Amino acid sequence: MPKPDSLQGSLDLLVLKTLSKRPKLHGYGIMAAIREASGEVLRADEGSLYPALHRMEQSGWVRAEWVTKDSGRRARLYELTPAGSTQLDTEESRWEAVTAAVNQVLRTV
Amino acid sequence: MSLWSRIGNVFRGDRLAREIHEEMESHIADAIEEGRDPGEARRSLGPALRHREASFDARVFVWLESLRADVQFGWRQFRKNGVTSVAAVLSLGLAIGGCTASFRLIDALLWRALPVEGADRLYVFARQGTGPDGKIVSYDSCAHPMFIQMREAVSSQAELIAVSYAERVDLTVVGSKEIEKASRQYVSGDIFGAFGLKPSLGRLFTANDDMAPRAHALAVLSYDYWGRRFAHDPSVLGKTLRMGDTLFEIIGVSAQGFTGTEPGAMVDIFVPSTMHPAAERDDNTWHRTLVLLKPGVDPAPVRDRLQRTASNFERERAKGFKNFPAERLAAFLNQTVVLNPAPSGVSNFQESARLPLIALAVLVGLVLLIACVNIANLMTARATARARELAMRVSIGAGRLRLVRLVLAESVWVAALATLLGALFAWWAAPFIAGRLNPPDNPAQLLLPADLRVVGFGLLLALAVTFLFGLPPALKASGVRPASVVKGGDDPRWRGRWMHGLIALQVAFCVVVLSIGALFIASYDRLVSDPTGFSAERLLVLDLVAERPIASSAWLQLSAHIAAQPGVESVALADQPLLGGFRWNGFISPNGAPPTDVLAFFRAVSPGWMDTMGIRRIDGRDFREDDAYPKVAIVNQTFKKTYFGNENPIGRWFGRAAGGERFEIVGIVADAKYANVRELAQPVAYFPFAGLNKEGGPSPRASATMVLRGADPNPLALASSLRQSLASARADIRLSNIRTQQSLQDAQTVRERLLAMLAYFFGGLALLLASVGLYGVLDYSVLQRRREIGIRMAIGAQSTHVLRHVALQALLMVFAGAFTGLLVTLASARLIETILYGVKASSPAMLVLPSLAMITAATLAAAPAAFRAIRTDPATTLRAD
Repeated sequence: MPKPDSLQGSLDLLVLKTLSKRPKLHGYGIMAAIREASGEVLRADEGSLYPALHRMEQSGWVRAEWVTKDSGRRARLYELTPAGSTQLDTEESRWEAVTAAVNQVLRTV
Repeated sequence: MSLWSRIGNVFRGDRLAREIHEEMESHIADAIEEGRDPGEARRSLGPALRHREASFDARVFVWLESLRADVQFGWRQFRKNGVTSVAAVLSLGLAIGGCTASFRLIDALLWRALPVEGADRLYVFARQGTGPDGKIVSYDSCAHPMFIQMREAVSSQAELIAVSYAERVDLTVVGSKEIEKASRQYVSGDIFGAFGLKPSLGRLFTANDDMAPRAHALAVLSYDYWGRRFAHDPSVLGKTLRMGDTLFEIIGVSAQGFTGTEPGAMVDIFVPSTMHPAAERDDNTWHRTLVLLKPGVDPAPVRDRLQRTASNFERERAKGFKNFPAERLAAFLNQTVVLNPAPSGVSNFQESARLPLIALAVLVGLVLLIACVNIANLMTARATARARELAMRVSIGAGRLRLVRLVLAESVWVAALATLLGALFAWWAAPFIAGRLNPPDNPAQLLLPADLRVVGFGLLLALAVTFLFGLPPALKASGVRPASVVKGGDDPRWRGRWMHGLIALQVAFCVVVLSIGALFIASYDRLVSDPTGFSAERLLVLDLVAERPIASSAWLQLSAHIAAQPGVESVALADQPLLGGFRWNGFISPNGAPPTDVLAFFRAVSPGWMDTMGIRRIDGRDFREDDAYPKVAIVNQTFKKTYFGNENPIGRWFGRAAGGERFEIVGIVADAKYANVRELAQPVAYFPFAGLNKEGGPSPRASATMVLRGADPNPLALASSLRQSLASARADIRLSNIRTQQSLQDAQTVRERLLAMLAYFFGGLALLLASVGLYGVLDYSVLQRRREIGIRMAIGAQSTHVLRHVALQALLMVFAGAFTGLLVTLASARLIETILYGVKASSPAMLVLPSLAMITAATLAAAPAAFRAIRTDPATTLRAD
């Protein structure tokens, strides 16, 4: 199964996109959402997810807050910041450009 | 996240780590809720450690955090090894402090530029010629009339500044009764203008204040003296100072920080050069000439001009010489003028203290290296002892850099604490040593600011030292290979080549320190135990100054009066004391023969002086009351040997080349040291204290030196009663100074004493450090080789064999190091020979003793490890592995 990591930078894109649709998700939720939305094809590498989230928090694309769930456990919920939306646009158009270019190569060769 | 919150995170590290952990746990709980296997969920999340580090990296400045951890970890290691850590800090701290103190002294004396404009264009005029013994002699004193001619000759290219040798003088501030001492310098009027110095108060001299002889009785105070003596009182302007028989009016205070041009002496009072009593004499050289080149001027053509002017001047003057040995005259006229760069000023003290200070710097530098090597060995041993721990860290993913930092952290603690200790030590030691470079009544005065230069040097040194002893062990330790460590090593044989090499190096350094130290100690010993030819026991020296010259008969009366006081054994008079540094010399012609080119030295003494001094009479008689200069003389044995050979000189006569007077020799006495304890026996002629002038009338004296042997073992106990009896006997004679004869001798050996003292201290320290180092390495090597020794013993090796095996290599290293150290000492001994007295670096004792001390210490240090080796029990050792 291809991992999102295999396409460089796609993990950030997937996380940002997911959060833009569904704000206030915790790490496990984000992972599950990506898996669901891709029809079980893409699976975010769990080991890379949290460092990526923390890195994006660092860059100011997402912000996080702690909430206490019904079970009494605390969870850390993430949501997109305005800077994150801009970043999402940039990443999306870059992705379009790259996939378009790849498709073109596949067609012509 | 702002920078501050990130830095804040470093100190909230625990909380962050907890939060990340909680988030991970929450993730796994979600996964389990979804029905996944807990183990699988954990595995797919990856190792928690890596996770935490990666997440942490994102959230904080990782280096800052790990720095904090390293520093903490280093501190724990440091504390765990309590005693050795403290020893390391102490030894390193002393060495760093010693180095910094030497730097402060050398910088202040030799390197720091004078706080004046154009210090880099400042030169000092000096002349070089060949002395009677064929050696090159150099001197920088000038007569003032020659200075004036030279100043005119180069006025378009350079400014010439006359500065007299700073001297301590007696003065009274008019309005106060007290006689005080202050340091005075005669200077050209334009010195302040040329140096761009501004007055702090009033005005400074100009060229107009230095035109006519004895016409400008003005004084400028240094800022320091103004503060020290007058508490920065502005009303000091217009006050007058009496120095000798002249009243000087204070017209201003010089710029802050300017204390004259002689490092080692701080000038208190500047007076115009034309006020010097010998300002017009062409035969009295009493000042230096500083040459301040105009910007962009090359020194060579200026030197040529000065050479022409000086040669012409001396040729003119030589026409007036009578009876001057022809060879000496030719040498005198052939002197070469040199311009020596003097950006940091120029002083005799610079010359005389340079070598001792450099020797000191080398000693402490070597001790520092020994301390570094010692700690490097210690750290290597510890890092190797931690090999298992380090291997563990590598297996769970620590990088090489991380290991380097772990090992280095402890070194950094040692270095930091040692630097702190060193700073304290240097702060105390530099003035302590500066105070012991000169005799106590004329201390060297050095500005020793703890400014950026000094602090910078200290920090650089600390950094260099840390890397010197910290980095090699850290790099070595970081190369650890987990697989081989866990097995217990690839090779059962311990190869401590690196540590043994360090031991050899350490021993070599130590032998150099010991040899140089032994030379200093032996030199001082020779110097103080050399017979002087007289007895300084219970002997006082009183410098007496009369308001105006008085007849010698009156001086002799005073002497007789003092001799009658209780507690006084005997009293006599002379022009100057022995070993006070004063020389009076000239060429003589024995029996009317042409003058020889061997200088004779003279001293004027009263009847009974030889007996009071304890100088043995060999033949003839002492002076009588009616003897007077220039009729008779008493000579010493060297004088007799030099000028009369085996002939008996009593009843013969000699003439003085300069004045032509004739002296009949009436007595012969044993040799006594004349002006300096270092000088070998010189030909000395003693003349009667009473003198006749050219017309045959009595010649009065303005000053005399009274020597007095007391009955009490501590002659200085007489001082106050002597003061009273002198004052009541002659109100017009002042006691300028009272000292023991012993203190005059001691004053000439202070530097040797200081060097000997430092040699003992640093030699002992070096020996101790090297022994501790050797002990540590051997003990550790035996520990490391337990397995090897155990195997050897199990298969039947004798304990002597084991002993030889363990100790041989180390002792070979010690011998190799000692040998190298001796070679280095021999090669460098030539450089320090000029400050040694009566000892040779190549003499057998100087070669054998230090090596013997080193080898004995090394053997003692090796013994515990050797015993441990032969007591190894193979069964226990092998089972443990």
